[in-house]
Amino acid sequence: MKPAGGQETDRPERSLVARVPDWPVVAAGHDGDEPVVVVRANRVVAASAAARAVGVTVGLRRREAQRRSPDALIVASDPARDARAFEPVVAALDAITPRVEVSRPGLVAVGTRGPSRYHGGDAALGARIVAVLAATLPRPAPVRVGVADGIFAATCAAHRPRRPTPGAAPGAASGPVTVIAPGETPAFLASWPVAVAAVHLGTAEADAAADVLGRLGLRTLGSLATLAATDVLARFGTDGVLLHRLARGVDPRPLAARRPAPELAVGTEIDPPVERVDALAFRAVALADDLHARLGCDGLACLRLGIEVETEHGELRRRSWRHEGGLTAAAVAERARWQFDGWLNGPVADRPTAGITRLLLDPEEVTAARGRQLGFWGGETRIDEGAARALARVAALLGTDAVTVPEVNGGRGPADRIGSVPTSAVDLTGERALSRPGGEGPWPGRLPPPSPALVFPEPEVIDLLDAADQPVRVGGRGVISAPPSRMGRHPVVGWAGPWPAEERWWDPDRARRRARVQVVLGDGSAHLLALEHGRWHLEATYD
Amino acid sequence: MSAPVPASRPVVPLDLLEQRTRPVTLAAERSLPVPAALAPLLPDGALPRGSTVEVAGPGATSLALGLVAAASAAGSWTVAVGAADLGLVAAAEAGLVLSRTVLVASPPPERWGTVVVTLAESVEILLVRPVGQVRAADVRRLGAHLRTRGGVLVRLPGPGSWPEAPDIALQTSQPDWWGAVPADRADGAGRLRARRLVVAATGRRRAARPRRIELWLPGADGAPVPVVAEPHRTGTDPPGATPPEAPRASTPTRPPDPGWAHAV
Repeated sequence: MKPAGGQETDRPERSLVARVPDWPVVAAGHDGDEPVVVVRANRVVAASAAARAVGVTVGLRRREAQRRSPDALIVASDPARDARAFEPVVAALDAITPRVEVSRPGLVAVGTRGPSRYHGGDAALGARIVAVLAATLPRPAPVRVGVADGIFAATCAAHRPRRPTPGAAPGAASGPVTVIAPGETPAFLASWPVAVAAVHLGTAEADAAADVLGRLGLRTLGSLATLAATDVLARFGTDGVLLHRLARGVDPRPLAARRPAPELAVGTEIDPPVERVDALAFRAVALADDLHARLGCDGLACLRLGIEVETEHGELRRRSWRHEGGLTAAAVAERARWQFDGWLNGPVADRPTAGITRLLLDPEEVTAARGRQLGFWGGETRIDEGAARALARVAALLGTDAVTVPEVNGGRGPADRIGSVPTSAVDLTGERALSRPGGEGPWPGRLPPPSPALVFPEPEVIDLLDAADQPVRVGGRGVISAPPSRMGRHPVVGWAGPWPAEERWWDPDRARRRARVQVVLGDGSAHLLALEHGRWHLEATYD
Repeated sequence: MSAPVPASRPVVPLDLLEQRTRPVTLAAERSLPVPAALAPLLPDGALPRGSTVEVAGPGATSLALGLVAAASAAGSWTVAVGAADLGLVAAAEAGLVLSRTVLVASPPPERWGTVVVTLAESVEILLVRPVGQVRAADVRRLGAHLRTRGGVLVRLPGPGSWPEAPDIALQTSQPDWWGAVPADRADGAGRLRARRLVVAATGRRRAARPRRIELWLPGADGAPVPVVAEPHRTGTDPPGATPPEAPRASTPTRPPDPGWAHAV
């Protein structure tokens, strides 16, 4: 371990981080002054400034967010949409510097060494980037830029610059650009909580280490930085050291992160050329597995990944994605799909003019892997990760709506009680709540078990006749006109009902009045029929 | 790295040694559990891993759900392909764990094989209903993946056809619903409570011996229940059945009820 004086040589590369706050809101096509809440798996993942002003915070349950901001527009989270909308914005930055790395949609990092000198200093470069971003954003939205030693400190500076003691803190904030002078990064970071560094690393191990540090009273990066590096290593292991190095404002991975040999890049020629995102994404999944296996053989994890495509007309597109915690195979495949979506479905003027003929995944920065292979589904077994990958592959083949998981909605009819949602819309990685709030509530009038094994998505109209060949009716008080004797051409031998169900009578658009009847036919089959607007529908079969 | 290997490396004895020292797995251990009511249908009372099961006849869907319920409860993932009309409430009542259940829409015929084989690589239970003729090549690939990964494929009845017979074929017959009132009774004061069903099993290899059982499927709570001969019962009531109760309406009694003042 180096002495304190060694910090100079360890000082990380000076970086600029540009950030569009609440990017999912902007990508969904909304302004910050309208209350908009973006939710994923029933939790708020982003909120517009107007929604945050009334108390909506990230991580809140959807219902609680609606309570705090009743007129807020609820938008489903869509990472592909976020990435697609961000691609033109990043492409505009290519005009200023070639070294643009996307950390996530809405957050980019740029090495400033060359560009800063060219544009006349960090502040000037920052102002230029703000101007370019503001001109290319799909909706007017604020842009924040931070310049500091290292990407972590620059990211912090791109958030609200915090000052422990007014006036004394370093960090010259000029409007949206915050520049931390070289060497002043540790002082700037001192008042930030340790959890911020764990979020930056983005690993469960770092979160756990930050949690332990917090419970020991080391809540700020400043207090963590006062510890000796050897003590941190002895007590908290490598994760603690990473946090400690971030806190001291030194490069978290000196020498470890290195440019890998070019042989590690995996690519494939595509013949015939493809123009569809799902077809490209399907190939990228296989490449990502291959890349992951190759890196794994060398004991490496990928910190920064270059995604490159070449079209039939020789156009070359390349974009770098960064993740401080190392990219898993699934994360690589996901970023590749986002990127293809951004290129192929972006603004018409920027789209490639021909099909893609070559695909390359190039690990640009790697580090020694420390076994970061979290299970995909709740960190369980390998078969679960395989299942998740197989489902992702099938979703890439058939479209995301084709692969769904059940969700308990609540309701009276067999089709209403349990619906299905696309796997892309739920968070399968953690413990998944199967039931929506209110799903288990009492639903008077719902049929008790056993339930029909076949429920038809689009019930067909069918005749239910009584002994006099007249259509069976259900009166206003829920009384049947006559027992049914024929369903279509089939004789009815047994029946039960009717079960009237009047739903959402308070809402004229969604109100439904139905009456259900069970019939047993001569061949022993049993069916559930529903009467609505004077017509019987074959809703389900007790197969 | 290892030293250069001489060309005359004795490979064959090592393979032999591996075969001799490989842990012995009895066929009965390579199986997925089934509910007790269905155990008499299957060799060793369990679903052999790597096998294909076909269900047919009235109540085939309930039978398929019952077959895989215990394995789902034991931790296996279930994927239903091309079964958009699968009753998920019935599946939950049969015992399927919905948080480990995934539905895949019916793939187009040219991709059917790719999708099902991809799923067979990593999911243990597949409920499959093809729309067209399944190609023999797809069936062979599917069978190979099922055997290596130890999965089970259940063929649901549907418009599609299969080029070869399944390992185990289950045929249901004589469905008899209990709980509804006769068609000539004016009040429908009852509800479907359980179905008595005869299931016959035939198959290949270890499942070749014909088997035949009678059971309640679905039983009173949706799960399969064996039919037990109890002399004091009439023989038609499923165990645990309670006397019929009047069905309750969703709008119990609201005397001045504008909503139900006219016919539906």
